[in-house]
Amino acid sequence: MQTKRAVFPNRGLPYALLAPQLIVTIVFFLWPAFQAAMFSFERTDPFGFRTTFVWFQNYERLLSDPGYLNSASQTAIFATSVTLLSMSVALLLAVSVNRLLRSSRIYTTLLVWPYAVAPVVAGVLWWFMFNPTVGILAYMLEFFGVRWNYRSNGDQAMIMVVLAASWKQISYNFLFFVAGLQSVPRSLIEAAAIDGAGPFKRFWTITFPLLSPTTFFLMIININYAMFDTFGIIDAVTSGGPNQATNILVYKVYADGVLGLNIGSSSAQSVLLMVIVMFLTFIQFRFVERRVNY
Amino acid sequence: MVENRPFLDFLTHVVLILGVAVVAFPVYIAFVASTHPSSTFLRGAAPLLPGNAGWEVYRNMLFEGVSTSGTPPLARMMWNSLVMAVIITVGKIVISIISAYAIVYFRFPFRALAFWMIFVTLMLPVEVRIIPTFQIAANLSLLNSYAGLTLPLIASATATFLFRQFFLTIPEELMEAARVDGAGAMKFFKDILLPLSRTNIAALSVILFIYGWVQYLWPLLVTTDPQYYTIVMGIKRLTAVADAEPQWNLVMATVILAMLPPVLVVIFMQRLFVKGLVETEK
Repeated sequence: MQTKRAVFPNRGLPYALLAPQLIVTIVFFLWPAFQAAMFSFERTDPFGFRTTFVWFQNYERLLSDPGYLNSASQTAIFATSVTLLSMSVALLLAVSVNRLLRSSRIYTTLLVWPYAVAPVVAGVLWWFMFNPTVGILAYMLEFFGVRWNYRSNGDQAMIMVVLAASWKQISYNFLFFVAGLQSVPRSLIEAAAIDGAGPFKRFWTITFPLLSPTTFFLMIININYAMFDTFGIIDAVTSGGPNQATNILVYKVYADGVLGLNIGSSSAQSVLLMVIVMFLTFIQFRFVERRVNY
Repeated sequence: MVENRPFLDFLTHVVLILGVAVVAFPVYIAFVASTHPSSTFLRGAAPLLPGNAGWEVYRNMLFEGVSTSGTPPLARMMWNSLVMAVIITVGKIVISIISAYAIVYFRFPFRALAFWMIFVTLMLPVEVRIIPTFQIAANLSLLNSYAGLTLPLIASATATFLFRQFFLTIPEELMEAARVDGAGAMKFFKDILLPLSRTNIAALSVILFIYGWVQYLWPLLVTTDPQYYTIVMGIKRLTAVADAEPQWNLVMATVILAMLPPVLVVIFMQRLFVKGLVETEK
């Protein structure tokens, strides 16, 4: 691991400097993670009197539970839709802004602020527009003959949370795409233009392939966002319903553990989620290392 | 511009204006709703043009609150959010910058271990370790306090990494010169490293302030006393009125006030915000 050639000779000081960070990490991160792992091998009887060690039974139950598998597949649908939707809209907007010289600044300002909106707020905004009794979008859909009621129709509930989650994420993807587009060499674009390639051909054969590191990075970040940061949207808008249609994995951990008090199962779910996060973080870092070596 | 294509330029503006409209529309609708009296919503679809009850709605929400759902005035909740966001921002920056300093400028046993322990925190979002973290907070009697709201969120792997990367780019000669002149470790940190890190600290503060303000699940778990509600979690209490339609104008006023401070921060500190965002996420 990297350090400076010359270092300070102090012995105790570095430990003192690290102490606050490490204490918080151990008390609030490592210890709870360890406990979650322990709980996931235990089962407590309904009255909380006795705890038995059950090895992998919680995991076996979980992986054969249709409810959990349904939640996993809903999560996959949700994450894929959010990633695709928010990234494609953001790319379109970023390419547009990149074409402009003078007005790009003002458009950027007008597009980036949703980053600062809390997920739960984003959820409530879309919930209001899609509300069957007062919602504007619900009225418009009704006008076109769509029977809109997300409270009974699972697909509609899913569409609503996907829209809310993507809406908030566009600003983030937009900023990274703009940064990526600015690092595409002008000379390549100009050479292609001289050779007679039109704007669309130039985009698909030069710009888009050169953006692939940014695209890949954003894909990982967006999957991560959709899987973990959208808790507030689900909680405020659908609470996982109707009929489990929007019960994504991170919400299920909360619903089973905090609301349902099934600690063993919830902890096993936590552990599986941690494995997923570690996997995503690992890919992300591998990728960052590679990019640095370019 | 590589070549002049007036039609494409026109199309570009159309796309961007549509994009801005789609992004702003939900907020516009929410703002309009917050300026109408409750009775408007009994008549069907939400209005598209602002009403004239806005002043009253905001004044009531800010200073009196909604008694039926047991929430305190919004001014109180916004104050709590501000305190929470500021403590998290300052705390994260302080503990990260000193630990990055220890990792880069000292050699000591277990340095790699410490580094990896910090790294792990990156992988464990609150959402996946809720129950045990809540139990620990309860055991330390941190429930319903500012310490409980902030302490468990205050370790930061990303900030530590950012400062570490930055310290590694600082020329060796600076430290050697400082040592030749007789500066000790803390003096070097205070008089040379801190002033050099100013822009990084500012950029990171913007990102961390937003992070602290938008926290939802953790405040929801650790606060049962309305005195400690933050505005972002307070929204949930307002929307979850038993079996009744929510009072839309009040909910939307809360939503607008909940997003106003961080959005203003992003708009007015756009340069720092972009720098902070692009650098922390590498």
